[in-house]
Amino acid sequence: MISIEARHRQGDFALEASIRAKGATLALCGPSGAGKTTLLNIVAGLSRPRDGRVEVNGAVLLDTSVGLDLPPRRRRVGYVFQELRLFPHLKVEANLLYGRRFAPEDGPSVDFDQAVDLLGLGPLLTRWPARLSGGEKQRVAIGRALLANPRILLMDEPLAALDDARRMEILSYIEKLRDVFAIPIVFVSHRLSEVERLASDIAVLDHGRVVETRSLQ
Amino acid sequence: MEQGSGFNTLLAPFSPPEWTAILLSLKVATIGAAASLPFGVAIAYLLARRSFPCKTLLNGLVHLPLVMPPVVTGWLLLLGFGRQGPFGRAFESCCGLVFSFRWTGAALAAAVMGFPLMVRAIRLSIEAVDARLEQAAQTLGAPAPMVFATITAPLALPGIVAGLILAFARAIGEFGATITFVANIPGETQTIATAIYSATQIPGGEAGAARLTIVAILIAFAALVAAEILAARVSREAMDQ
Repeated sequence: MISIEARHRQGDFALEASIRAKGATLALCGPSGAGKTTLLNIVAGLSRPRDGRVEVNGAVLLDTSVGLDLPPRRRRVGYVFQELRLFPHLKVEANLLYGRRFAPEDGPSVDFDQAVDLLGLGPLLTRWPARLSGGEKQRVAIGRALLANPRILLMDEPLAALDDARRMEILSYIEKLRDVFAIPIVFVSHRLSEVERLASDIAVLDHGRVVETRSLQ
Repeated sequence: MEQGSGFNTLLAPFSPPEWTAILLSLKVATIGAAASLPFGVAIAYLLARRSFPCKTLLNGLVHLPLVMPPVVTGWLLLLGFGRQGPFGRAFESCCGLVFSFRWTGAALAAAVMGFPLMVRAIRLSIEAVDARLEQAAQTLGAPAPMVFATITAPLALPGIVAGLILAFARAIGEFGATITFVANIPGETQTIATAIYSATQIPGGEAGAARLTIVAILIAFAALVAAEILAARVSREAMDQ
């Protein structure tokens, strides 16, 4: 279960959203400037809303009413940024392993070999991020977020920068992730077609407000 | 002086006192720059990445040695770190470290005078590191010191090395603060710069002054070229990403 409530103001932009997803895959849709990335940042702890509450499978990450606001490093969200943000001075393998040393030792652990296998990263491990294609970078970013053993994956437009063939490929990787690792996913997209294939719940945002919610289960 | 003999003395090997001054200069500049590096990195990081009250004041204080007459810096060092100064007494009683009229004082003067250049170079290179990469490291669970050690510092490394070299080069040229704070004692505090000054004060000392001048130019130039190459590498890497 994913629950996000936020009231937030950033200059002229006002966000007021309350979203509850019963399923494991929540899609945030809407035109650019609707507040989708801001919501992801609030879940990750990179933006602090004036009032808000974020809960993932029973773990409360933020609750301003009781003064609870976990710092980003304690939230254990695997964030796949729209601009990916791979570490340019580390090879693919070191990028993938970055979050592992900080992950708690108890608790479920994503198997490295399994994740590398599933995302097809084997041949890329010794390469530098600058030498990867767009689709390869996308898969490395997903793998890096996944291997930090997150309680939730956040994906900001994971398919936007790709051509149609790559898009289908990454889409099927994300589907496999969802099914194999059973980690809840919140992803942002402006294309309804890819949303319907992946999501269990959809929230459509516009001008900082939720204008429609749907459950596809 | 005849032209021929002047030229010959220019090419003559260095005298033992000259060697002493050259080696002491290198020692003072190396230790001064290296010892101030941790402070330089810490202050550059604060100025580049944190906001706090009195930030402008700290920035001003750091840059003060760049704009004050060096003799003022030297005098303040003498007041603070001389044997009767509050810091001087504290260092002497806690670890037996004496600055006044010792080579350690010359290293301290070199460190203070080179500090603005060091902080400036490091600050610029930290500011050039994409803060979004640091955010990404945070979301992966890294605490702030690890973010700095694994992301910020490696990406800012060429700038950190450039800052170190600039501080070293500035220290080689240090004169005013050094001579005020630790005087000009051959074998203890006489560096290339103060040795050149001494040589110009005695009749017939021009050739010695010229020889040391060439050494000073060579060291400073080599350091600046090294810093320039590193700076070029930083901007090239910034364009690659």
